[in-house]
Amino acid sequence: MITERSRLLGSLDPAAGSGYVEPPPRVGFFTDTSICIGCKACEVACKEWNGIPQDGIELTGMSYDNSVGLGASTWRHVAFIEQRVAAPGAGGDETGVRWLMSSDVCKHCTSAACLDVCPTGSLLRTELGTVVVQDDICNGCGYCIPACPYGVIDQRRSPDGDRNVGLAQKCTLCYDRTGAGLEPACAKACPTDSIQFGSLDELRKRAAGRVGALRAAGVADARLYGEDPADGVGGAGSLFLLLDDPEVYGLPPDPVCTTRDLPAMWRRAAVAAATMAAVTAFAFLGSRS
Amino acid sequence: MTDEARASDSGAAGEPAPDASRSYYGRPVIKAPVWKHDITAYLFTGGLAAGSSLLAAGADLTGRHELRRGCRLASLAALSASTWFLIHDLGRPSRFANMLRVFKPTSPMSMGTWILAAYGPMAGLAAASEVTGVLPAGVASRALPGVGRAAGVAAAGLAPLLGTYTAVLLADTAVPAWHDAGRHLPFVFAGSALASGAGVGLLAAPLGQVGPARRMAVAGAAAELAATSVLEHRLGLQSEAYRSAAPARFLRLARGLAAAGAVAAVTGRRSRVLSALGGAALLAGSICTRCGVYQAGLVSAADPRFTVLPQRQRLDAGQAR
Ligand code: SF4
Repeated sequence: MITERSRLLGSLDPAAGSGYVEPPPRVGFFTDTSICIGCKACEVACKEWNGIPQDGIELTGMSYDNSVGLGASTWRHVAFIEQRVAAPGAGGDETGVRWLMSSDVCKHCTSAACLDVCPTGSLLRTELGTVVVQDDICNGCGYCIPACPYGVIDQRRSPDGDRNVGLAQKCTLCYDRTGAGLEPACAKACPTDSIQFGSLDELRKRAAGRVGALRAAGVADARLYGEDPADGVGGAGSLFLLLDDPEVYGLPPDPVCTTRDLPAMWRRAAVAAATMAAVTAFAFLGSRS
Repeated sequence: MTDEARASDSGAAGEPAPDASRSYYGRPVIKAPVWKHDITAYLFTGGLAAGSSLLAAGADLTGRHELRRGCRLASLAALSASTWFLIHDLGRPSRFANMLRVFKPTSPMSMGTWILAAYGPMAGLAAASEVTGVLPAGVASRALPGVGRAAGVAAAGLAPLLGTYTAVLLADTAVPAWHDAGRHLPFVFAGSALASGAGVGLLAAPLGQVGPARRMAVAGAAAELAATSVLEHRLGLQSEAYRSAAPARFLRLARGLAAAGAVAAVTGRRSRVLSALGGAALLAGSICTRCGVYQAGLVSAADPRFTVLPQRQRLDAGQAR
């Protein structure tokens, strides 16, 4: 019998909270979207390294984004947003274009809803503090999919014959590379270092420094996303520097790990269950027909 | 991309978000459940098993034999259907048993599996004891009524958990119309389970034995109606999901059927046909309630407004403080 204890202990170090003794430092990503050039090297490197099958080639009309969103066979996804802005020297006319690009990925949450609700123990907290699906345990119940507040994890449905069809799939933060001291494929391939890999403590410092520098340089829109350990998921393992509101990038502005409210839900269910018993008793004690 | 970009095609009746620039091409933020119709059916059959086990135990203890027999057999049928739906909906049905390697209170699906595993044998034994009459006389047939009673009472003890945990199963997701209904869904499902159990009683037992089923029908239908109306009107933005086209159609039908079923249960004291019609209406109403709730969740998952707006309001309110 395995139990996930991190939530019960309320530990900020998810690996220690899951029972690892003296785990190595927690690792994560810092994705600095201000220097993303939209080359999609991360998407390609991720597919290559992880052996992820093709999942449709179609033109969407969503700027340069044809992979649409994260899913079972897209573990890095580059978003492209075209915004009308005032062109320099155009007297305030919105004739300029601002092009936002951002490479999205699993947040490897401190309080991970997918892991909490998984009924088989397939979703696992690694000693590095990341969240990984064990393909040989997952039975494809699908519960993690609507549980994730970011819409990250999904069930692989194609191509026929792929060995992981039917299973929940998502970014592993390249567990097979990081365990051997290598950085994840996406970070390795990123030509501008928009994607950085490292210990989360170090990345948090780097992110704070970078947002400060950008603001000082006049980029007032720069803000961090996922860096606050007091947020609804206990802080993400994947930090982002964004240039607009999270929802513009398809990210939830204030995500909450759904199991935070679970004790209250169980209590309500207990009251409802007691009501069922009471109604039955009343139905029989009420009369003699 | 999300496989086959499925979620984009099931938007809320094509209504664009009010401020489309505040979403990513109107795409959903969260993933809708990939569950097929099996899960809606499971919600119903689980409730049906629970409601009929409760009625069966009461009938047994008060000597209403035909009511007991009908309800026990119905609960076994519903339990079997539940198990089939649960397993059939897995991406890898052959790995069903992997659920039995963990006991995880943070996972309502894990808890539900264990509730079903505990309830199932009890409901099965109780139903098996009903076939004594057709067995040749012997030790087994003499022991069975006692075993049946004990098992039936145990099943009834677990039944309220079986009838309400499915509400937690839905609410413990990021699907906004379900999560934000977490306080009310258990009562919707409890009422719906009682109403469907009462429906079985009204269909199965002669007029002289269905008094408790009538009262259960009225109380269950009333709870179902009241709690569902909270979903439709008192959840702010999320109520819009319950009032949108597809869910509203089911919930309207559910309301009519539950009300008709309760009225028929009360007025049908002298007519077995009317009682049975009432029972059938309650069963159909319970199915419609489950479909309506499920569809509302899908609507709220497909449209980013339901996810983003409440979070944005929360953030803005927090910053104002
Ligand atoms: S982002 Fe979603 S899939 Fe990734 S750890 Fe958090 S809940 Fe799980």
